[in-house]
Amino acid sequence: MDIIYTIWLRSIKRYIRSKSRIIGSISMPLFFLIFLGFGLNSVVQIPGMGQDYIQFLIPGVVSMSVLFTSVFSGIQIIWDKQFGFLKETLVAPVSRLEIMLGQTLGGATTAFIQGVIIMLLALIIGLQITNPVGFLIAFGFMALIGISFTAFGIAIASRMEDMHGFQLIMNFVVFPIFGLSGALFPISSLPSWIAPITLFDPLTYGVEGIRYGLTGVSQINPVVSFIVLGAFAVFMTISGAYLFRKIRF
Amino acid sequence: MNAAIHVENLTRRFQNLVAVDSISFDIEPGEIFGLLGPNGAGKTTTISMLSTMLKPTSGSATVNGMDIIHDEDGVRKSIGIVFQDQSLDEELTGWENMDFHGRLYRIPAETRRKRIDVLLALVELSDRKDDLVKTFSGGMRRRLEIARGLLHEPKVLFLDEPTLGLDPQTRNHLWQYIATLNREKGITIILTTHYMEEADRLCNRVAIIDHGKIIALDSPQNLKEGIGGDVVTLRSENARAIALTLDDPWISRLEEHDGTVTLSLKNAEEHISGIITRLAAKGIPVESVSIHKPTLEDVFLCFTGKTIREEEADHRDMVRMFQRKARR
Repeated sequence: MDIIYTIWLRSIKRYIRSKSRIIGSISMPLFFLIFLGFGLNSVVQIPGMGQDYIQFLIPGVVSMSVLFTSVFSGIQIIWDKQFGFLKETLVAPVSRLEIMLGQTLGGATTAFIQGVIIMLLALIIGLQITNPVGFLIAFGFMALIGISFTAFGIAIASRMEDMHGFQLIMNFVVFPIFGLSGALFPISSLPSWIAPITLFDPLTYGVEGIRYGLTGVSQINPVVSFIVLGAFAVFMTISGAYLFRKIRF
Repeated sequence: MNAAIHVENLTRRFQNLVAVDSISFDIEPGEIFGLLGPNGAGKTTTISMLSTMLKPTSGSATVNGMDIIHDEDGVRKSIGIVFQDQSLDEELTGWENMDFHGRLYRIPAETRRKRIDVLLALVELSDRKDDLVKTFSGGMRRRLEIARGLLHEPKVLFLDEPTLGLDPQTRNHLWQYIATLNREKGITIILTTHYMEEADRLCNRVAIIDHGKIIALDSPQNLKEGIGGDVVTLRSENARAIALTLDDPWISRLEEHDGTVTLSLKNAEEHISGIITRLAAKGIPVESVSIHKPTLEDVFLCFTGKTIREEEADHRDMVRMFQRKARR
């Protein structure tokens, strides 16, 4: 446990020190929120949900922020590999599982904080709180997204030589995950042949869960969302740990 | 078996390349032991295997009596290592890097704090301990890494090319540290280097390694004496003729390579004028003559027939060839 804490502590220290990274990863979701939110608010009607688009969009943008930050945090171990720091941890008498779990929790924590920052900004923009318990539900789903996708990032980084592949992963894996998740539009409004695909996207359940927490309405039963996303988090952590165990340096 | 490190027929292959070829040696506790050889000779591979970072293809080794294959954690707890490439977190301060290491090795908080302060003072970084490592110079980083490697009080310290890329002054400084550490704390030190001078000055014993094999192992003194007296180097456009002319029994060794002839002989000062006169009589031009006490460079030349720089050039060619093949 103390080893996991040590690795976690390092991630948090690094995160707090990188002001540019914090601001950088807040700006994109914030722009989405402002431009799409205000821009489409009067035009878009969400069928079956008696509310304006911006309320619908906020949970999506919060999950986006958690998703991107966590994948990025996971992939960052490539830098540790390149700058040699990974060797220092790998040669210590600690198990690779502890290292991986520490990294995952560290990345998930930073992603979670990013999500909370977006949520607070959303309060200023116009997020209406329906009930305080809902916040806790949203927090729970954010944590699960953070864990799942940091582990996902670590799994990918364990197989990557350097950062060159990062853009590829972002464009062909992370962006589709975001796009198909129903963060920007209700999944029911997709053509019938595409809608089932969204159900294979783990982020869909995260977005739906957060949406249930913040607005009280969702298209997927929150219990189902919780089970699916929870299972995915466990699966990703195990896969990440497995691949990290075989990392070459 | 009391050896600090015991190595038996250790071998490591990478595809077709045998990086380390069945080497065996023992290192006594308290010794500074050097692995000397050109880049690509197999030094780092050896260190990687001994520090459990790399599995040997065959053979065995123990470190502090623990098997490197079957007791990885035991070995890891008892060794400190300074890698060839930097392995600090630049976004953390010097103190935080130390603290991280101490926590990884599960050193209790109180002891950890005390030791960090002592070690940072030892490597003269106390006044910079709260600065981010990215503001440190190369020499400071190296010193911090050495301090970090000592934090868990290892019995054996591995130093992989500890002074690579440092300026002569810093290098001298580091040599003093290493010698002091060894003397005062009794730590066994195994270091790799391709600097002859470094091996000569620091090591009690040196293993000269080339193409994955140990070609000589002894104290620097014995190695140098072993090549037979002083070293005379003659430069000439007709080096071959010199080599053929000088066949006297008092010349213990003669090597000829690209325009120079290297001789080993006792009391070179007395023989040198005779040699020059004889060569002049035969009309063989001599451009320059030098006499020096043998260095490890000469030992390397004696055992491999090449200077260490030529050997490195060969390795580079080989690597380039491999890369070209791989590209095709």
